[in-house]
Amino acid sequence: MSAGPATPAVALRGLRKSFGAVEAVAGVDLEIADGEFFAMLGPSGSGKTTVLRMIAGFEPPTAGTVLLGGRDVTRLAPFERDVNTVFQDYALFPHLTVRQNVEYGLRVRKVGRAERRARAEEALRSVRLDGLDDRRPAALSGGQRQRVALARALVIRPKVLLLDEPLGALDLKLREQMQVELKALQREVGITFVFVTHDQEEALTMSDRVAVFENGRIAQVGSPAEVYERPASPFVAGFVGTSNLLSGDAARAILGREGTFSVRPEKIRLVGPPTAPGRGAATNAPELELPPASAEEASATGRIAEVVYAGATIRFVVDLDAGARLVVTQQNLTTSSADVAALRGTPVRLAWRAEHAVAVPDPVVPTPREKESAHAYR
Amino acid sequence: MLGRSADAAGADTARGPVRRLSAWLHRHAGVRLAALLAAPLFWLVVAYLGALAVLFVSALWTVNGFTGEVVRQPTLVNFRTIAADEVYRTVALRSVGVAAAVTVIDTLIALPMAFYMAKVARPRYRRWLVVAILTPLWASYLVKAYAWRVLLANGGPVDWLLGGPGSGPGYGLTATVLVLAYLWLPYMILPVYAGLERLPDSLLEASADLGARAGRTFRKVVLPVIVPSLIAGSIFTFSLSLGDYITVQIVGGKTQLIGNLVYANIGAANNLPFAAALATIPVLIMVVYLVAVRRSGALEEL
Ligand SMILES: Nc1ncnc2c1ncn2[C@@H]1O[C@H](COP(=O)(O)OP(=O)(O)OP(=O)(O)O)[C@@H](O)[C@H]1O
Ligand SMILES: [Mg+2]
Repeated sequence: MSAGPATPAVALRGLRKSFGAVEAVAGVDLEIADGEFFAMLGPSGSGKTTVLRMIAGFEPPTAGTVLLGGRDVTRLAPFERDVNTVFQDYALFPHLTVRQNVEYGLRVRKVGRAERRARAEEALRSVRLDGLDDRRPAALSGGQRQRVALARALVIRPKVLLLDEPLGALDLKLREQMQVELKALQREVGITFVFVTHDQEEALTMSDRVAVFENGRIAQVGSPAEVYERPASPFVAGFVGTSNLLSGDAARAILGREGTFSVRPEKIRLVGPPTAPGRGAATNAPELELPPASAEEASATGRIAEVVYAGATIRFVVDLDAGARLVVTQQNLTTSSADVAALRGTPVRLAWRAEHAVAVPDPVVPTPREKESAHAYR
Repeated sequence: MLGRSADAAGADTARGPVRRLSAWLHRHAGVRLAALLAAPLFWLVVAYLGALAVLFVSALWTVNGFTGEVVRQPTLVNFRTIAADEVYRTVALRSVGVAAAVTVIDTLIALPMAFYMAKVARPRYRRWLVVAILTPLWASYLVKAYAWRVLLANGGPVDWLLGGPGSGPGYGLTATVLVLAYLWLPYMILPVYAGLERLPDSLLEASADLGARAGRTFRKVVLPVIVPSLIAGSIFTFSLSLGDYITVQIVGGKTQLIGNLVYANIGAANNLPFAAALATIPVLIMVVYLVAVRRSGALEEL
């Protein structure tokens, strides 16, 4: 099944987990390559954490196998697996200092005192946290705790590092900073990272590949660009980015094709009102300097239903005359912020390059047989 | 500006005296603290420290051997008697030994039981297990002690289980330790259970994740985190055992503990001052224990 010469760092085959009547994981097949930064993205309750816990060994699967480096570890305890976890709540030992926390795994492995000290220091330096060695976790900030948790897992040099929403508890600024740092760290240490998040932007910016979870199944696996540009289902289109779908009559009228299509909001341009300028003056709307549509572009007419001012960008919600609603994101170049609300109700024309309307396969509830081929590792 | 502050004052009166009082208390944290602590402090000083003071003072009195009247003249003669007589030292040591044994036994039983209740049992059964631990506390102490007397009787169920009359421990020191350990076990389980309940599961998982097996996780993660709970439990089991004199009478055979001596001096010997002097021994032992706990720094880690 694996196309490359190297065995995958993590391979999941037909993985299932039920809690009583709840099927948290309903058949997951996945291969994660060595050294990959892999994100598991999905809404709350879609089974991401459960999959991660089965890889770590905290939760025995109801069915299926977990392979680490080609070895079947399904029945092994957590302490027998060469993976480490960074917990969502960090799970630092409250009675130990920062250094003792980091040294814990080394002590278990009976690493000598001098080497232990040196490696702990190195790990703490790699997460840019030194000088706090003798503090207890209670005396650290959220970001610092996060770094300790990271250092504690990295110091043992596992083959695979599992991270369950490690940035979830941090504020936006710190989260963005840690995203950059985590990515750099992963490149530096070359360890496979499996990263759970429900923040689509985080998943897209950080990872080499993304798996989008839906109801305990993987709806799509691919590079961030693939998942974003070519969503495999309306669910993926909606979860990874803004759901901007044309289907049925609207698709037929605008695109002249049957099916469901997704157009990303930033691919759409506003191209000037179709009616004479006199009308804009009557509603006292600010002038939108709009470029002309080119001939090879698809276009549709509609009316601005809502204007959302978001600083760097402005989002226009447009009700199309053909009977669909599209969101258009424009860089905040042409309008002055005070005026945008007055644009509500203005008729506009939208245009996008034909290839940006991507056909989205309608969701087929997969039978187990279909699923295997659909989610096979490329 | 002026108008606005007048408005604010008007709003203040309009809010009514209770609101205003609570606002005033909010600004005066010291007064608030004093008001909060007044009742418990009163209780502590009058009922507890007062009783202790009376105990210590009366320990310094004596009894006139002929009239049986209390002589209210401070003297250390009672303590000198206790120090000089080997019997009292033996009984004191035996009492401490019994209390320590009960504490150790209860700790050893409570740890796995509390761990099972807090971490292994399904959440839905936890409540029932807590009820099961609490229920024996509703039954009278005497009933339970006499039940054990029946169990431990010569030729009773325990003997029978162990293979015939005389093979059980019978009445005596062992029986006393056994029954006291049974009686005070809930007082050890409950604090340990509460401590384990507060211990996040993720700490146990993190330890296993870092390579530690169950034994190491228990020693290095669970135990240190629940030390305060263990100390709380041990204070209960230790002090309750140290003060006991009824269980010993029921299942202890001829065994005597400090409590028996205090009781005998209050009753038969009618020497209240000497009883008070004897009663200071467990108090002092507990003080020494608490100071030792504090000194060890075991409570500072959390
Ligand atoms: N121990 C458990 N007992 C019963 N049900 C559970 C248990 N753990 C998870 N579940 C259920 O399994 C489903 C998947 O849970 P999981 O924690 O894997 O979701 P998730 O994708 O990580 O969600 P989130 O983003 O909110 O963390 C949920 O419906 C959840 O209620
Ligand atoms: Mg989760």
